[in-house]
Amino acid sequence: MGSTIMIDPVTRIEGHSKITIQLDDAGRVVDARFHVTQFRGFEKMTEGRPFHEMPSITARICGICPVSHLIASAKACDALLAVTVPQTARNLRRIMNMAQITQSHALSFFYLSSPDLVLGMDSDPAKRHLFGVAQNAPQLAQDGIALRKFGQQIIELLGGKRIHPSWIVPGGVSHPLSREDRDTILAMIPEALLRAQRTIAWYKTTFGQFTEEISAFANFPTLFMGMVNPEGNLSMYAGRIRIVNAEGEIVADQLEPATYQQWLAEAVEPDSYLKSPYYQPLGYPEGIFRVGPLARMNIIDRCGTEIADQEWSEFRALQRGAVSSSFHYHYARLIEIIYCIERIRNLLNNPEILNDHVRSFAEPNAFEGVGMSEAPRGTLMHHYKIDKNGRIIWANMIIATGNNNLAMNKGVCQVAKQFVRGEKIEEGMLNRVEAVIRTFDPCLSCSTHAIGQMPLQVQLLAPDGTVLDEKFQA
Amino acid sequence: MNQPTQARIFTLKIDGVDVAAREHETILELAQENNIFIPTLCHLEGLTEFGGCRLCVVEVQGSNRLFPACMTTVTEGMEVTTDSERLRVYRYMILGMLFSERNHVCSVCVSNGHCDLQFLAAKLGMTRVEMPYLHPSMVVDASHQHFIMDHNRCILCQRCVRVCGEIEGAFTKGVMGRGASSRIIHDLNGAWGDSKTCTSCGKCVNVCPTGALAEKGKSAGEMVKRRDWLPYLRSMQED
Repeated sequence: MGSTIMIDPVTRIEGHSKITIQLDDAGRVVDARFHVTQFRGFEKMTEGRPFHEMPSITARICGICPVSHLIASAKACDALLAVTVPQTARNLRRIMNMAQITQSHALSFFYLSSPDLVLGMDSDPAKRHLFGVAQNAPQLAQDGIALRKFGQQIIELLGGKRIHPSWIVPGGVSHPLSREDRDTILAMIPEALLRAQRTIAWYKTTFGQFTEEISAFANFPTLFMGMVNPEGNLSMYAGRIRIVNAEGEIVADQLEPATYQQWLAEAVEPDSYLKSPYYQPLGYPEGIFRVGPLARMNIIDRCGTEIADQEWSEFRALQRGAVSSSFHYHYARLIEIIYCIERIRNLLNNPEILNDHVRSFAEPNAFEGVGMSEAPRGTLMHHYKIDKNGRIIWANMIIATGNNNLAMNKGVCQVAKQFVRGEKIEEGMLNRVEAVIRTFDPCLSCSTHAIGQMPLQVQLLAPDGTVLDEKFQA
Repeated sequence: MNQPTQARIFTLKIDGVDVAAREHETILELAQENNIFIPTLCHLEGLTEFGGCRLCVVEVQGSNRLFPACMTTVTEGMEVTTDSERLRVYRYMILGMLFSERNHVCSVCVSNGHCDLQFLAAKLGMTRVEMPYLHPSMVVDASHQHFIMDHNRCILCQRCVRVCGEIEGAFTKGVMGRGASSRIIHDLNGAWGDSKTCTSCGKCVNVCPTGALAEKGKSAGEMVKRRDWLPYLRSMQED
């Protein structure tokens, strides 16, 4: 019997998880698994609540991307009301969603991952954090903090507070945008754009040093899924689903979000609270797909804004077909930051954004509603059923991070096999195993809501790490 | 209030300050006239006093027991203390019990920012609930076309019961059960939407101190209640 290496907890990610790496007698990696060790249970918890409360309740799933849940939830509630949300409200929601994506991407890239990129995968872990980056590359750290602030300030200006604003409501938004706030945001745009462009220019000179990581960081063929608008452009708020394969060919296009159960299914693994969605026509686990920035850059025909499109063309030249290494999530994230800033500017420059008709009112007109949007980490789905009085009787949430679960597991295994050598385990090797998870920027606290299926796993380890006994409690 | 003009005038002290009061006036009314804060939840101007929440307890010199300010009328020479360490401990405990008894989650509540219970918790410096939460499983009554009754947020102050009977005259709302298992009910414990007596006037919703009674379709923090009409309705009835 070989031994088990446990990385517990995985650091610099959002939420709690551990990784177990199984070694054989010769010290070679046999298998590696990614376990999400926390449980939230919002699907069960929301049963019986009036559906109008769903956006604010489900926003509490996450303190980093509450806006993403507000949007997916409000869209599901819009479907229950069966109303047309005013165009201005849709655009205001778009702006908040893109501010959210900007701040979350900035958090992922600068705060969580840039220490590996600036200081090196093998650098001293005691200094491998944002403060280490601030010492070695102060401009980069400043840009990161400023971009996160940019996104958070827009959220605050629109919704009244940075975390869990209750501004996005079923039928629209609760109040219109004032002229002063619009001008404040517009004034912040040039500097944010400059910082984002400076960062991507730096990144393009840097990622060449990571060829070995690029080749092994969850670098395998999968499907990619995300939302596109009717023209096939990048769309973060509304649109239909497109799925492309590893060759970059479109497998399915313009899938209606409300029909997701016909093409998406969720598998449950015994050792993780996180469910594993897969593309149903290909079955499990062949239907493995990835979502998020990398997937979005792979599925679209173009971004739809000037600077982002130039960067996107360069990005797509990295590889024929779809860009397959998850290391390039970082790159894709930076392009999306640029896209979001440009798009916010374009939306604000339309005078209609100040229109004060921003909410439609109705009693519930449908008993079932699906809301889908692009969160920073990928496609997010909320699906509710209500009784005739408007109380939730059933809820299903497929969280962006969950969509990447199969790929994260496979990626952990690939990296472990490539970098971990049993004779002498070094910290830098294990850091790479964590770093592959970081490329996906998982938000684990968001993503675990199933109930009643997760068995408890207990491992008994000898001092040398040998697994002596293992029990599963169903 | 509203006593005949020949009412006797008493002089007494509240928190060491000499004040004059009309006969039959309660300590709470007198304190409010003199801008002295006494926390209350079940009291609402325009409704008969109920003395249920016990938050308004005060100390009266010469007695070791505590007196509810809303139910205790003034007497000549009385010396009242409205704020002391002992009173703070009791009020804090009462609030803690109210919070722990049901499922109060301010952040997602329709009345967030407009709630009497939340206001008092902040005012009295409540930073945590020291009693274990009971987490009762309570079903939301959403059967009424316009309103929602969420028992999770009810503190049983019975303002709704009183306004329904005393002002609207419908007597739709009542209380069933005892102690922690008490519930606000409609008619003979039927669904609110099926009530034959409810006039859908909405007075109960507006007097409710928390988000227990709310208009349908409100999202978090959107339920702002109006109560300024209540004393006028009451005085019109009395005229």
